[in-house]
Amino acid sequence: MITLSKLNKTYGSQRVVNEASMAFEQGKITAIIGPNGAGKSTLLSMASRLTKLDDGAIRIANVALQDWDNAELAKTLSVLRQANNVNMRFSVRELVAFGRFPHSQGRLTPEDENKIDDALAKLDLTLLQHKYLDQLSGGQRQMAFIAMVVAQDTEYVFLDEPLNNLDIKHSVEIMQVLRRLAHDFGKAVVIVIHDINFAASYADNLVAMKQGKVVCQGSVAEVLTEQQMSQIYDIPFAIHDIGDKKVCVYFG
Amino acid sequence: MANRYKFTALLLACCAVVALFIGQGLTLDNYQFFLSRRIPKLLAIILAAVCISASSLVFQTITNNRILTPSILGFDSLYLLIQALLVVLWGTSSVVIAHPIINFLISCAVMTGLALTLFHFYFSRKGNDIFTLLLLGVVLGSVFSSCANFLIMLIDPNEFTTLQAMMFASFNNVNDTLVYWVSLPLVLCLWWLLRSAATLDVLWLGPDNATSLGVNGPKMVKRCMFIITVMVAISTALVGPVLFFGLITVSLTRQVFQWHQHKYLIIASGLLAVLLLVSGQWVVEKVLGFDTTISVIINFVGGTYFLYLLYKNKV
Repeated sequence: MITLSKLNKTYGSQRVVNEASMAFEQGKITAIIGPNGAGKSTLLSMASRLTKLDDGAIRIANVALQDWDNAELAKTLSVLRQANNVNMRFSVRELVAFGRFPHSQGRLTPEDENKIDDALAKLDLTLLQHKYLDQLSGGQRQMAFIAMVVAQDTEYVFLDEPLNNLDIKHSVEIMQVLRRLAHDFGKAVVIVIHDINFAASYADNLVAMKQGKVVCQGSVAEVLTEQQMSQIYDIPFAIHDIGDKKVCVYFG
Repeated sequence: MANRYKFTALLLACCAVVALFIGQGLTLDNYQFFLSRRIPKLLAIILAAVCISASSLVFQTITNNRILTPSILGFDSLYLLIQALLVVLWGTSSVVIAHPIINFLISCAVMTGLALTLFHFYFSRKGNDIFTLLLLGVVLGSVFSSCANFLIMLIDPNEFTTLQAMMFASFNNVNDTLVYWVSLPLVLCLWWLLRSAATLDVLWLGPDNATSLGVNGPKMVKRCMFIITVMVAISTALVGPVLFFGLITVSLTRQVFQWHQHKYLIIASGLLAVLLLVSGQWVVEKVLGFDTTISVIINFVGGTYFLYLLYKNKV
């Protein structure tokens, strides 16, 4: 369990995150949603120690973030941000092998090799494993980076817009992998996501943010109401039940 | 794998050139004299080669740029300024210039001291990025070189000849004792770099991914800068300024070997550097008959190669 209490972050005179509190549970996918500039990415990078917080407290597995050793924390918490430009030539397998760095400091053991094979298989990259990253499409490259995070095999996984620029097939595949990580392997998966319908279909919990504040949070059914969604995005929302899924229609 | 064959070839070529350099013309009668002259010189070449290539490689990693070398921080011009200042203040016959060990200690101390002060102020600021530091280095470098040029104007022409010898890298008159003394710190620096090689690999992925993998990026950059400073200061004080050499060896290594692991890259670029420097020194001694210094050759070949890189857009 990760608990964030009353996080604040100010850039210049702009308060980007304002008294935000929430909790991320194991075995669940939590999606953070909200319009641009709501502070979602800042919140995620504070919770995953990429950005320093101005004020507030973060507890990871009941230990305060500042008491964690950085190298030790990497075995418990992994994070992947949006832009991953690597100007070095790596093969997919070499990239995924970096995920084992916290565990083996670069000297791969047979167990590490197994985890790498496993991560490649989960993301359906086994056939591509010896290709270089610059030979892949954007979607495949994103899959490779997610495979690295999967190979890191941490209890908590943070992903900032993992579906950015991906087509529908890749998006669905990535969300299915994340759901398996949460439901079958008991990990806490936290994602920042723009597509409300993807969030509604795959996430267990939603956190909705607007202008740095948490507007509402809870299960998908609790958060995804027409009234709350219209309030967050400032446009009219219609929410339909299709099969067992909730689908938002917001095309005015 | 192709890399392995290339590496073996490089290793063999390196051994061959070193053997030629050491063994040429040795007989039972003269070996003591020749070896006593050649071994310190060879050791100096190897130390300088390995230091320059390893420091350039790591510098390129932490700046995430394949065209930079630590000389951008202005070490070469600072070294010149120190020498010019010593000559102006005390003259060439004084102990600070004439005694190689004292001169070496002064140069090293001033170079590392100034660099560390700069880093200290720089890294204790909030929200810094490495490119501001590089820009500072460029500005300071040109300040140093202008000051050095001003001082050189003031110097008596006879004294200038002594100074001129220091302005170019040369292995022709390396001090024996000095070479043995500096081996230890350099080997320690190199050992640290090799030991941190896996961590340096992680830096390829950018600061955020490095943090996610448990590597403290800023701390690593700071430590690397310290090690690079020590290595560059020592090698510059030992052989003089070599502007392009690091760039040539590191980018040649990258072109020849398709490796990303620093462990292999450091070793391969070190070997390549030894090969180039020893054969270059051999050319200076046997073909050009000591008419020039190796740095002239390095800067000529390096400059041409640099233009070629720009032209081919390989960087």
